[in-house]
This record gives sequence, structure tokens and C-alpha cells, in this order.
Amino acid sequence: MYYFKKRNRKWSLTMAGKESVAGILFVMPFLIGFFFIFLPLIAESLRYSFSDMEVSAGGYTLTRTSDNGLGNYIRAVAIDPDFNLMLLTNLVQMVAQVPLVLIFSFFAANLLNQNFHGRTAARSILFLPVIVSSGVIVALESSDLLVATMNTTSDLSGGELASFLNVAGFLTEYTSLPASVVGALSSAVNGLYDIVIASGVQILIFLAGLQSISPSLYEASSMEGATQWESFWKITLPMVSPLILVNSVYTVIDLFTNENNEMMQEIKTTIFTEIEYGYGSAMAWIYFVCIALLLILVGGIVSRYVFYYDER
Amino acid sequence: MKEKVVPRKRKITGARVGRWLWSIVRGVIVVGICFTILQPLIMKFCVSFMGERDLYDASVKYVPKNFTLNNFKLALSGMEYFTTLIRTMLLAAAVSFVQLVSCLLTAYGFARFRFPFKKLLFACVIFTLVVPPQVIMLPLFMRYRFFDVFGIIEASTGSTVNLLDTYWPFFIQAFTTMGIRNGLYIYMLRQFFKGMPKELEEAAYVDGCGKLRTFAQIMVPSATSMMVTVFLFGFVWQWTDSFYTSLYLNKTKVMSTALSSLAVNVYSQYEGFGGTMSFISPGFVSMINNTGTVLTIIPLIILYIFCQKSFVEGIERSGIVG
Repeated sequence: MYYFKKRNRKWSLTMAGKESVAGILFVMPFLIGFFFIFLPLIAESLRYSFSDMEVSAGGYTLTRTSDNGLGNYIRAVAIDPDFNLMLLTNLVQMVAQVPLVLIFSFFAANLLNQNFHGRTAARSILFLPVIVSSGVIVALESSDLLVATMNTTSDLSGGELASFLNVAGFLTEYTSLPASVVGALSSAVNGLYDIVIASGVQILIFLAGLQSISPSLYEASSMEGATQWESFWKITLPMVSPLILVNSVYTVIDLFTNENNEMMQEIKTTIFTEIEYGYGSAMAWIYFVCIALLLILVGGIVSRYVFYYDER
Repeated sequence: MKEKVVPRKRKITGARVGRWLWSIVRGVIVVGICFTILQPLIMKFCVSFMGERDLYDASVKYVPKNFTLNNFKLALSGMEYFTTLIRTMLLAAAVSFVQLVSCLLTAYGFARFRFPFKKLLFACVIFTLVVPPQVIMLPLFMRYRFFDVFGIIEASTGSTVNLLDTYWPFFIQAFTTMGIRNGLYIYMLRQFFKGMPKELEEAAYVDGCGKLRTFAQIMVPSATSMMVTVFLFGFVWQWTDSFYTSLYLNKTKVMSTALSSLAVNVYSQYEGFGGTMSFISPGFVSMINNTGTVLTIIPLIILYIFCQKSFVEGIERSGIVG
């Protein structure tokens, strides 16, 4: 055995064994939570998705759906006319937004890491969305039709900004970019508010990473004659690359499980308004599998380029 | 002796012009982004001082014509603001502290020790984050309505315990790192611990420091900035969360549930005063909701300003260590 050894006819732990025991003790809170709280809940929810639920005064009864319990899934994929389309548009939209959020937050973090007057104030304001755009506040905001209509007449909301700057027209006129790229860029400019709101946490994470880079690295490189541009690519980027991984994972999760997301709202209404718990669970599970696949993809791609200062 | 101040002649060089230009561009970008974020907030703040008539008046944008504090009066009483405030504050602080401790332990375990199935278990951490909360909502409710540990409680007392409308579900979830987005905190802290130089701990081990003590006395103090961040996140998300709170707490009011039921509450009070409304006017709802939102956000912003300070300090300290 690798973790145990025999000494004086007694089994005892090797160094590796001791280390793994310590490690397991440290992660104990998570192990308890995962195996005794989370997994049973997940199993329960899976069971619901394979059955029809009838709620009565005394409780609920579960009956297995048709097609060996796959009825709900078949209904979502093959029968429901909206589900596939909604899932696909949602996925495409989100995937387009992830790199934008990442680039914006990295840019903003670099900006905030520089020295200028009012830096602290700018920092505090840029992190405000973390507080302001969460939970119940967003839910109220999105239901607030009156203020929304007031806003569209006054401030630089999507459409107006586009017509004001006319990004798409400018790009097609003066550059030879293909139409699809132009479309993506101009929609990015129009969705600026969403991107800014979605990147509060990411900016914070990047900024903490940038601040933890030891200044001596920059000093040494500038002594050797590196320009700022070079030290950005050779020092800053590798040093924050673990955080790029964190942020891309976080962005995907945040965008996809956001309550304002169309798909999430559809699931919510299916479960709570139409009271079809089984069907709603099946939808949620399909959606969840899509997110998981995407995460594996993104994580796999990004983690190839990650550099750890102290590899272990 | 008289010193003569000779003004140094500054040459206008390309580099200096470039720097000026950059600082102008930077200023424009920063102000623009800040405005984008602040505008909706300012809007809310202004609306909370408006009379209902102003909302339908197209000439009113930010400055109210009928300035009134009535919205605040209604919202304060409708939310039972001060009792709710203290209750929510205690709950959020306690919950985020507990989850900070358990996440720290877990993250350190994942960052520094090798043990079997580590990669698989860490994938499980991410897995807990990705599952949409709606999926586990009903099972979660059932779990705490009929709470039991391996059937022990039922065997000894004859019935399961109803933990709804107590604070236990929050703490059980927090202690086992199953609270709101705890997977993210584990991930962040693990990434931070991984970036710390290993020599620190090795030196401690050589000096005869045990694993737990090394963790508590060396790793934790240097993670202050991350800890403040995690605490702030935990606090804010607990504060504004209406999903879990409305699931666990039925009768007890906390900030988020008070806010989401505010308009209906105030409306019923309004009727009690002898006023009649055949339907809730959308203007009134929007006004009251905005006022409530302002009231909910203010404590968070105050806390945030404090944390911002220690956040910067923490970063500076960790810069010396790393």
C-alpha cells in the first residue's frame, strides 16, 4: 500500500498517508455537505424529473411518466415547440457574452490598478453592481415597468446609444470587417450596461490578483530593459492567468444561473405558476447538462494556458 | 540665505503628450463607466422622493416637483424597518462568518494537500455551483420541514423536527459549505492559497508547527484581503437573497422578504386608513418599491465603504508577504 507501511509488525501511516488524512480532515465540511445534504437533494430532484407529481392536501404522490419515465424529457426535446429554440438562442447569447465580460473586467481592473486621482472612488463605484444587482433587487427592478419607460426616454439606453454612435454603420463604412463581426461588435456596444453590471465580481477578483503580484518582478524586468508592453505580456498576464480561469468559470455560471435569464424564468414559471414540478425539473436538468458541458469546454481550453507560480 | 526658486523648464516631449492624452482618455472611460452604473441608482433615489403625480409627468426626470417624504414613512412602517434591519444584519453576519470559516478550511485542504480523489471532489465543488437552485428547491423544503439525522431523531422522540421558521437551515447549510455560492468562495480561496509561496509553510513545519496551527497562524492572516472579499460577498448575497429566505422563513421577516412583499403590505395599510383603491396603481407600486430598495441598499453601501478600506489594507499587507 502506498499510504500505509509496516513497521515493527504494526501498520502505520506513511508521510503521504498522513498528508492525505490531514487533507481529508480539512475538506470535511464540504464532504459532509456534499454527501449528506447535496447529493440526496439531487437524487430526489432527478426522481421528480422522471415522474409526474400530484400535489394534494396531505402531501404529494409521484407516478412514473410514460416511456420508462423519460416522458418529461421527451416532451421537452421533441414535443414542446419553444424549448429547443429558447435553449439554443440562450446558449448562443451567453457564449457570446462571456468573452466580452472577461475582456471588459480585465481591462477595468488594469485601469483601476493605475494611479490617478479619485481612484478609490472609481473602485468603489465599479464594484457597486455586486451589491446592487443581486437577488431581490434585480427582481424588483425588472418588474418596474414605469421607471423602465422613463429611462428609455431619457438616458443612453441601448437603441439610442447605437443611433448616437452608429457603430455598425461606422464599421461597415470604414473597415472591411465581415458583417457577422460587425453585428457582434455593435451588439456588444449596445449591451454595454449588461456587461458592466455583470462584471463586478470579476473586476474584484482580477484586481486582487494584480495587486498581489510582487513589484520586485516589475523592477527586475525594467532593470533588464523590458518595456511596459513587454512586462504586461511576460509578467502581468501569466501571473493573473489562474484568475482568468476562475473568472471564466464564474462568468459562465453567473450568466447561466442568473434569475433574470430567460431560461431560468421559464423553468421557474413551469414549476411554480404551472405547477408542473416534474416537467420543470426535466427542463432544468437538460439546461444543467448544457452548462456542465460548456464549463468543461471552457475550463479545458483556458486551463491549458494557466501558469502557476508555485506548481503543486 | 535666500534660496532662489528657479522654475524648471518643462520640455514638451512625445512621451509627455502621450501621457496627458492617456490620462484624458482614462478619465473619460472611468467617468463613463461610473455613470452607467450610478444612473439607475440615482434614478431610484430620486423616485423615492417623488409624489405619485410626478411619475406620470413627462417633464419630471430627476428632480421631483412634489417633493415628499411620505414614501419613506410608508416604507419604513411597511417593512418594520428597524427590527428587520437588526435581525437581517445579525443573520447575515453570522451566516457569512460561519461559511467563511468552513470555506477557508475546505479551500486550504484542496490547495495544499494531496489525497485520493482530490480532483474528482474538486469537480464536485464546481458541480454544487452549477446546479440551478430551482432544481433542488422542493427537496430542500422537504428536508427542513421533516428534518432528521439518519432517523435518529425520529427513533428517539417519535417525530421529525420542523426546522422551518428557525435559523437552523441557514447555519446547517453554511457550516457544510452548501450556502449561497459557497463553491465560488472555495474556488477563490483555493486559488489564492495555491498562489502563496510554499516556503512559508515549510519554514513553519521545520520550526515544529503543526498543520492546523500553520493554517491558523500563517495562512489565514495572509489571506485577509480574500477573507474580507468573501465575507462581503456572503453578507451581501445573504442580505438580498429572497430565494432561500422565503423558503426557510415564513413568519419571520428579513430584509429581502420584507422588500418583496412591501407594496402589497403598504397597500393594505393604505386601505386601513380609509382610503380606497380599487386596484394597486403601478405608479404607487413602483414608487414604494424604489423607496424600499433604497432603504435596503443603504446599509449595504455603508458596510461596503468600511470593507473597501480594509480590503485595500489587506491587499497592501499581502503584497509584503508575497
